[in-house]
Amino acid sequence: MHELSVALGIVKIAEDETAKAGAEKVELIELEIGTLAGVDFESLEFVWPAAVKDTVLEFALKKISVLKGKAKCVDCDTVFEIQHLYDSCPECGSNFKGIIQGKELRVKALEVV
Amino acid sequence: MCGTCGCGNGENGVSIHNPKDLKTNEHGHHHHDEPAHEHTHDGHTHTHSHDHAHAHEHDHQHAHHQKKVIEVEQDILHHNDVMAARNRGYFEAKNIFALNLVSSPGSGKTSLLERTLKDLKTEIPFFVIEGDQQTMNDANRIAAIDIPVIQINTGKGCHLESDAIFDAVKRLNITDNTVLMIENVGNLVCPSMFDLGESKRVVIISTTEGEDKPIKYPDMFHTSDLCIINKIDLLPYVHIDVEKLKQHALKVNPKLQFIELSATTGEGMNTWYDWLKKQKN
Ligand SMILES: Nc1nc2c(ncn2[C@@H]2O[C@H](COP(=O)(O)OP(=O)(O)OP(=O)(O)O)[C@@H](O)[C@H]2O)c(=O)[nH]1
Ligand SMILES: [Mg+2]
Ligand SMILES: [Zn+2]
Repeated sequence: MHELSVALGIVKIAEDETAKAGAEKVELIELEIGTLAGVDFESLEFVWPAAVKDTVLEFALKKISVLKGKAKCVDCDTVFEIQHLYDSCPECGSNFKGIIQGKELRVKALEVV
Repeated sequence: MCGTCGCGNGENGVSIHNPKDLKTNEHGHHHHDEPAHEHTHDGHTHTHSHDHAHAHEHDHQHAHHQKKVIEVEQDILHHNDVMAARNRGYFEAKNIFALNLVSSPGSGKTSLLERTLKDLKTEIPFFVIEGDQQTMNDANRIAAIDIPVIQINTGKGCHLESDAIFDAVKRLNITDNTVLMIENVGNLVCPSMFDLGESKRVVIISTTEGEDKPIKYPDMFHTSDLCIINKIDLLPYVHIDVEKLKQHALKVNPKLQFIELSATTGEGMNTWYDWLKKQKN
């Protein structure tokens, strides 16, 4: 379950940033995760308590903005929503596309005290 | 926790072993953060890093309970990506062609390696990093062919990460102008997100796995450069439409290349060797 690595990555960023700001703990953490990022939201919830225990994130509120997948067709430039990496262009049927949104896996902001 | 000695800091608990060093009972622990320190007990050496070393002592005289918003905007896998870039730079500088071999458990990664190393070791100098949750088995299979190999045991971790590769590479003493084969943990999901700094990613799928694997587990096919379809010697016994498998994979990744082979009978191996030699230059 790589969601544990993801959670530990979040903890590392939060620890570093909190220390840099000279703060003590995080009250709110805002995450941005795309639907194509390869993260299973349920698994992330499952590993979260263990990952944040005894860290600055232990009592933090977590807010996740989910970004929907979006792609641009290489052949006809159509921009379309994608649920899966294998979705083809709804206009011309091409499989060649650039993903323009949905791969995000990012800590957006922290509210520290 | 480390499976060998039971020490650890509650993180993924990655440990790195050289089959040749095993008798000395020495192992390095790899965790995400520096600084590390070493201590010795019972004749073996541990390297621990301290992850949660934030200060707990505060001066409570002055008010520091004001809220502050930090606009972080940082990728969560930033650390892995940075270390991967570091590996990649090292590989490029030393002209090391590094492959990341990924597949479900049992698709034949080690079998493919064994045959490849046996057949090509007089032509190409190889180094191998083996990733498994537990055991030295795969590293021992490679060491038996007289190829330098390091085993990374990921413990609970279901994939290799770039900083463990960085440590393993240092211990391998890789020479210039060589090929590094990294066998990832058998898992068609998790390794896809973790760049190791490899030159190319190779996904292996065997004919017994069903033709819809590429759309069931699209991330791995999306991020790979070559797809090896292994165990073609079993085609008479299994119901699989290889063309359909390719079509599914191409929907996910239209640039994917394919090689069909059998690591057991050797059929098709020459095409793979040609690919390897061509890419390496
Ligand atoms: N028939 C046949 N069997 C194969 C072939 N390649 C591998 N096998 C068998 O498949 C099984 C698993 O092979 P491994 O090479 O250990 O697979 P792996 O991908 O390294 O497995 P993990 O490291 O556990 O993920 C072994 O019993 C092999 O003998 C092949 O081309 N044909
Ligand atoms: Mg193996
Ligand atoms: Zn189109």
